[in-house]
Amino acid sequence: MTVNSIYKEEKKSAFQKVSEVIITMASRPSGFIGLSILVFHIILAFISPYIAPYDFKAINPTLMLQAPSAEYWFGTDDLGRDVFTRTILGGRTALTITFFGSLIALLWGGLLGIFCGLVGGKIDDIVMRIVDAFLSIPWILAMLLIVSLLGTSTEVLIPALGFFYGKGIVRVARAATHDVIAKDFIVSARARGHSNFSIIWNEIIPNVRDAILVEGAMRWSWMLLGFSSLSFLGFGVSPPTPDWGLMISNARGLMSFAYWAVIAPIVGLSSLIIGINLTADAFAKALGIDRSTKAPV
Amino acid sequence: MLFLIIKRILLGFITLFIVSLITFVGTEILPGDACTTYLERQAFGEQLEACYRRLGLNVPAYERYVSWAVNAIQGDFGYSLSGEMPIKEVLGPRIKNSLVLASAAIFIGIPIALILGIVTALWRDKLPDVAISTVTIFAMTIPEFISATLLILIIAIWLEWLPGIVIVPTDVSFLELLPNIILPVIAIAMIMTAHMARMVRSSVIQVMASEYVQMAILKGVPYWKMVFKHVLPNALLPAINVVALTIAWLLGGVVVTEVVFNYPGLGRLVIESISNRDLPTVQALAIILASIYVSINLLADLMTLMLNPRLKTLQIRK
Repeated sequence: MTVNSIYKEEKKSAFQKVSEVIITMASRPSGFIGLSILVFHIILAFISPYIAPYDFKAINPTLMLQAPSAEYWFGTDDLGRDVFTRTILGGRTALTITFFGSLIALLWGGLLGIFCGLVGGKIDDIVMRIVDAFLSIPWILAMLLIVSLLGTSTEVLIPALGFFYGKGIVRVARAATHDVIAKDFIVSARARGHSNFSIIWNEIIPNVRDAILVEGAMRWSWMLLGFSSLSFLGFGVSPPTPDWGLMISNARGLMSFAYWAVIAPIVGLSSLIIGINLTADAFAKALGIDRSTKAPV
Repeated sequence: MLFLIIKRILLGFITLFIVSLITFVGTEILPGDACTTYLERQAFGEQLEACYRRLGLNVPAYERYVSWAVNAIQGDFGYSLSGEMPIKEVLGPRIKNSLVLASAAIFIGIPIALILGIVTALWRDKLPDVAISTVTIFAMTIPEFISATLLILIIAIWLEWLPGIVIVPTDVSFLELLPNIILPVIAIAMIMTAHMARMVRSSVIQVMASEYVQMAILKGVPYWKMVFKHVLPNALLPAINVVALTIAWLLGGVVVTEVVFNYPGLGRLVIESISNRDLPTVQALAIILASIYVSINLLADLMTLMLNPRLKTLQIRK
């Protein structure tokens, strides 16, 4: 490789890099399916309020538990509400909350991990012990406690989810930083007299970014699972807001004669989680990171 | 070697100590306490004072922590607020029931995961791999409460093969419990098996690509002899740790599954005690679940240490 071509590679714009990664992701069948499902759900989340045929909270006792028909595609639930309307609206809250939650997890987990990897020593030891302790408390217990005491508003859920799903990222970011910090280019940057900030910003972050991003994408799908579990248990979105987890838990008791009210949200939630998972997997493969031997902590 | 083991055990205790601090501080800073919840609207003045005195909440927090921790080490977690009975007695049968559920899932899950993982790795990218891997992705990603709900709908409601929800008292005998746990065990085992099978698969693939396996092939070692003698022992060792972490991570999923099936285990107790704001029970549960997590990890670490000859001679890994 000539010096010229190396130089050219560095000049690629961010947009070019991103589109290259997306093309690599979509070139595998699983990645293509995952991306399509995810894009479909995101578009649906944006347009669903405009295309929903009925009011999601309109209760109609005369229409209780109607089977699917031309008028009500997915039937109606125990309060006579249209299941189709509620299903296409049901992913919006979950998607929004978990998206911002993952961003927060990514930021604090990534930064704390890089920091710990850099400073090492006593501070690193203490922080990692605390992270370990948090890891050993089941997320569901901690989340339930917080939500039951502080309420289920978005302002509580996003930071709480962001915090509890970020602690695993700390370890990944720390390990990635350890890998980078021993490399020659850090030593030469030090020798060139670059400041610590410049080394972190220009040398370390670009090199650990991929690992942290992949971790964040994976967290997104787990967080979605966790958030839906909370909703399912009655500790997430409060009714009458349409939410898949909540809809499943409501319709579950009546599913022996109204299975449609439970199947529709199940398909919605499962497809979204599978979509995000496949996308995250393809993303990891496109960036050349093998996650399959890692435990979901 | 001995030093490593002692160090690992000590680290586990330190983690548990921090967990106890976190849960204690956490329940302190979050608004509301046992008395305000218990008395609701009457939580002021004389009555509140009396309640604080009765539950011993009038002494400084650090004193309460010390006395709570000293008792907890001896297995005494104090009294639960809702039922006013010793938490120890509430926990006992619940722990037993959850252990039955979890160990059944683990014992069914691990052999299946091993077989699936090895098959998919050896026939990589061929039909068995593609088929099994597709199924594992579904089993792995679909939330427990969805697979549990679907299992109830299909097997209990449509096919009427098994009872859908568990309606037994908490302290039921093992034999009476058995038909009730089949569906919950399937629900938990499914997701666990899928996670583990995936890890075993990539672990085996990594070893198959290593130089000594290539060497064995070149030497003309018969294929199956090579798989069993050279590949599997080396591939399964690193998998132990990951499997342990997965099992520990799934504790949260066990909680949800227990709720779906109305199973009288620790998971339902978690929900009940949180709904009742029964903070002493929540603290006890946090410590117990964290101890399970820490001991599973410890066990896995020790197993890897025992089984890996290379680590035996290693002194201290930093």
